Amino acid sequence: MAKPTTITSSAPVLESKRPEGKDAGPQQFSGPAAWLDERVGLAKIAKGGLRKVFPDHWSFLLGEIALYSFIILLMSGVFLTIWFKPSMMELEYNGSYQLMKGLPMSEAFASTLALSFDVRGGLLVRQVHHWAAILFIAALTAHMLRVFFTGAFRKPRELNWLIGVGLMSLSLIAGFSGYSLPDDLLSGTGLRFVDGLIRSIPLIGTWAEFFVFAGEFPGDALIARLYMVHILLIPGILLALIGAHMTMVVYHKHTQFPGPGRTEKNVVGYPLFPVYMAKAGGFFFIVFGVLILMGALMQINPVWMYGPYNPAQVTAGSQPDWYMGWVEGAIRIIPNWEWHLFGTTWSWNIFLPGVGLMGLLFTGLGLYPFIEAWVTGDKAEHHLLDRPRNAPTRTALGVAGMTCYAMFWLAGGNDILSTQFHVSLNAVTYFMRVAVFVAPVIAFIVTKRICLSLQRADRERILHGSESGIIDRSPAGGYSEDHVPVSHDEAWTLTQHEQYEPLEASDGVDVNGIPQAERGISKLRARASRWFFSDDIPVPSRDEIEEAHAHDHHELDHEVEDAKALGH
Amino acid sequence: MSHDIVPTDHPSAPARQFPVDDPGIEHHVPRYTDVDVAAGNRAYRNILAMFGLVPVLAIAFVVIYFAVPKTAGFDVLGNNFHAQTLFLGLTAGLAVLLIGTGMVAWARDIMSDQEIAEERHEAGSDEETRAAALVKVNAGITDSGVGRRKLILGALGGGMGMLAVPAVVLLADMGPYPLAAKRAETIEKTIWAEGVRLVNDVNELPLKASDLEIGQLVNAEPETLFKLHGHEYQTEKAKSAIIIVRMDPASIKIPASRKDWQVDGILAYSKICTHVGCPISLWEQQTHHLLCPCHQSTFDLGNSGVVVFGPAARSLPQLPIKVNAEGYLVAQGDFPVPVGPSYFERDSSKDFKEGDQ
Repeated sequence: MAKPTTITSSAPVLESKRPEGKDAGPQQFSGPAAWLDERVGLAKIAKGGLRKVFPDHWSFLLGEIALYSFIILLMSGVFLTIWFKPSMMELEYNGSYQLMKGLPMSEAFASTLALSFDVRGGLLVRQVHHWAAILFIAALTAHMLRVFFTGAFRKPRELNWLIGVGLMSLSLIAGFSGYSLPDDLLSGTGLRFVDGLIRSIPLIGTWAEFFVFAGEFPGDALIARLYMVHILLIPGILLALIGAHMTMVVYHKHTQFPGPGRTEKNVVGYPLFPVYMAKAGGFFFIVFGVLILMGALMQINPVWMYGPYNPAQVTAGSQPDWYMGWVEGAIRIIPNWEWHLFGTTWSWNIFLPGVGLMGLLFTGLGLYPFIEAWVTGDKAEHHLLDRPRNAPTRTALGVAGMTCYAMFWLAGGNDILSTQFHVSLNAVTYFMRVAVFVAPVIAFIVTKRICLSLQRADRERILHGSESGIIDRSPAGGYSEDHVPVSHDEAWTLTQHEQYEPLEASDGVDVNGIPQAERGISKLRARASRWFFSDDIPVPSRDEIEEAHAHDHHELDHEVEDAKALGH
Repeated sequence: MSHDIVPTDHPSAPARQFPVDDPGIEHHVPRYTDVDVAAGNRAYRNILAMFGLVPVLAIAFVVIYFAVPKTAGFDVLGNNFHAQTLFLGLTAGLAVLLIGTGMVAWARDIMSDQEIAEERHEAGSDEETRAAALVKVNAGITDSGVGRRKLILGALGGGMGMLAVPAVVLLADMGPYPLAAKRAETIEKTIWAEGVRLVNDVNELPLKASDLEIGQLVNAEPETLFKLHGHEYQTEKAKSAIIIVRMDPASIKIPASRKDWQVDGILAYSKICTHVGCPISLWEQQTHHLLCPCHQSTFDLGNSGVVVFGPAARSLPQLPIKVNAEGYLVAQGDFPVPVGPSYFERDSSKDFKEGDQ
C-alpha cells in the first residue's frame, strides 16, 4: 500500500490555557533531597541521568517485558517459597483435594497441592509465576531476535550481546529447574529425561549423574538441590547479569532506528523524567496486570491432574515447556547412533541433540557479532539500527536460524502432529530429519530475495516517488498512475544507511613488496565478504536522484504536449 | 523548530556524503489534548478514573479473600473456574493493569511529547584520557614493586589458581562414586531375583499364566517392591517396572537362547526405555510393537524387544520368567543386562540385536 508522502505541516493550534509558571517544580534542594545529596550526591546523579533520552519504538519494549517478567518472577517466587517444601520425603496426602486423600507422595508435591488448594491466592500466584516464566523466556527470545535483525549487537555492544546470550542460556536452566520442583508426574518425567541426558555425556556421564542425583535416579536429594539452583544460584547470577546488561544500555545509550534528525552521534526521543519513568513504569504494571489476569483466567500446569511422580507411569503427549521444545525435537528425530569403543558406550543419540545442540546454538549466537565483523571488516561504532532489508545476508541467516529452530521445535511435537493431522508418526519423523537441514536453506534464499526486492522497491521509491493513487487516462487511451516524490524525511530515512563494499583479498604487501600497515585480507575472508555484501542494491546517488526527478518532470511535460497536440 | 538542536556529524569524523540531506528532527505536531481544552480535560478525567478505580478493586480483593470460600467453583461455557483464583486474579490484575494504563496514558496524553536530542559520545576514551590513564597505571605498577620483583604476581596467580582445586574437591561428596562395585549394586541391579512373583502394579495381585489372554499387556512389578517406601521404593520402581505381554507363540520370533525365558508366549520386558528411561506404555497389539510416548522409540516385543524405530539404540531388556509350584509367574532371576539408558562404562554392543540367536 502506498504510504502518504506528506503530512500537513500544521495543526489547528489554539492558545494553550496553561497558566505560566504553575508547572515549575521545587526551586532549591531541601528536605530529604538535600539530606540525600549531602550523603550520596543526589544532585549529581539527577543532573546526569534525570533527563536522559530514550528513543521510542515498540520493539524496544520486548526487552522491557523480559525485565519486568523477571521482577514479577522474583516477587511471585518469594510468595511461593513461604509454603513450598523442597523435600522428597514420602508422606500420605491429607489436604483438601479429595481425589488424592491418602495417596503416598513427596512432601514437595503435597506442598504444591497445599499451595494450590489450601492457601488462598496460592494457585493464582503459582499460575502467575509459571506464566511469567514462559513470558520471560518468550520476551527475551523476541528481544534477542530484534537485536539480531537490527544489527544492534555491533560495536560497541558486543559484550552486551554476550551477556544476553548468557542470560538466555541461564533462563532455560531457571525455567527447567523450576518446572521440575513440584515433583508431579510430568516434571518427574522431565527429570528422568535429564537423568538420561546427563548419563549420556561421554567419559564422565555416570559420575555426573551420581553427583547430581546423589546416587541413582531419583534418589532423595534432587528436589532440594534443584530448589537451591532455582531460587538462589541461577536468579543470583541472572540478577547480576541483568544489572550489567542495564548498566551497559545506560552507558552506550539506546540504539535508535534511522529517521530524520537521527544520526550516529545523537539519540532522539523522550526524557527519562518524566516521560520514560511514566511509560516504562506504567508498562511494568501493564505486564504485571496482564500476567495476573493470565494467572486468573488461563490454567497452567494443573499438577493435581497429573498426580504424584511415579517412575512407572507416563502420559502420552508429554511435552516440556515451550522453550525446551527444540531440544526435545532434536532428541526425537536423531537416528539411534551409539558407539562402542574399548568396552565403553558413547550415546551420541542423546548427547549430540541434547548437550551438543544447546552448546552449538549458544556458541553460534555468542560468536556471531565477531564473525560478522570479521566478514564485513567494519570497525565503526553503530548506534543507528539497520533496517533488516538493508542487511540481507544477516537477515536471511537469522531467518534460516529461526526456521531451523522452528523445525526442531515442531519435531518436539511429532506425536501431536501425527495424531492431529492423521499422518504417520514415522513419516513426520523422517520428514523432520530432512527439514531441519533443508528448510533453513530455503528460508535463507527466500528471505534474501525478499530483502533485495525491498531494497529495490526503496530505490524505486526514491527515484520515482510513490503511487499517488490517481489514474490518468491519456488522450490516446492509455492509463498510467501518477507518482509523487516521497517526502524529504522519507527520502533521508531510505538512503542514510552505510554502503559497504566487499573486502578485497590482499596479502598485506603493496606493489613494491613493502608490508602495509593494515594486515592482509585472506582469500577466504574476501570471499565471505563478497557473499555477505555483493548482492546489495546500491542506494541511488545524489546525481541519480536529481536525474530521475528531472526525467519524471520531462515525461510529465511530454504528456501535456501530447495532449495539446491532440487538440485538448 | 527543533531542527537547530540536532547535532550533525561530529567534527572529528570524516563527513559522509549522503544522497539526501538530513532534514533534521520532524516538525512537532501538537496533539489534540494539547490544543483542545475539552480533549485535554477528557484525557485528564480518564486518567483520574483509572487511578480512582484501583482502591475500589483493592478493597474488592480483600472482601473476596475473606468472603469467598476456598472450595467454591463454578462452570462457564464448560470451563470450571476456581472462584477465589478467578476473582482475586481479576481484581488484582485489573487494579495493577489500571495503574499501568493510567501512567502510560498520562505520559502519552498529558506529558510533553516533544522529542529531544541528546549527544552521544564514543564508547571509547580519547587519546588524552588514555594517556592519563596509562600514567596512573604505570605509577601503580611502580608503586607495587612488581616491576623489579616479578615473581610476586606469578606466585599470587598460581596460588589462587591452586585454590580452585580444594574448592572443586569439596564437591566430591555430592554423590557416591559409580565405580564398578557401586554400579553393580545400583544401576546394574534390580530387585528381581529367582522366584520373585510378578504382581499387577495397581492391585499388587500375583499373576498366573491363565490370567493373561493373547494380545493382553499387564504392567507389573516384583512383589518385593511393595515392602519398600519413600525414595527407595521410587528408585527400585524406576528400574524394576516391567510389562508382561502374551502373544501367539506362532506369530513371534523367539531365539534359541531365550526359549526358556517365556511361558507359552508370555514374555516380560523392562518397562524402562533404553533411550532416556521413560516408562514405555503404548502397546500395538497387532504388530507387537511397544512405543515410548516420550521420544517415540519403538520396540518389537515379538522379536526380543529389538528397536524398530526412534532414537533408542538398545533392545529392551527381557526378564526371564517361569511358573512356580503354585502356578504363579515368577522371575528366573534379575535382568541379564542393565535396564534403562546406556552408560559410558559398559559396552552395550553385546546386548541382544536383530538376528542374534
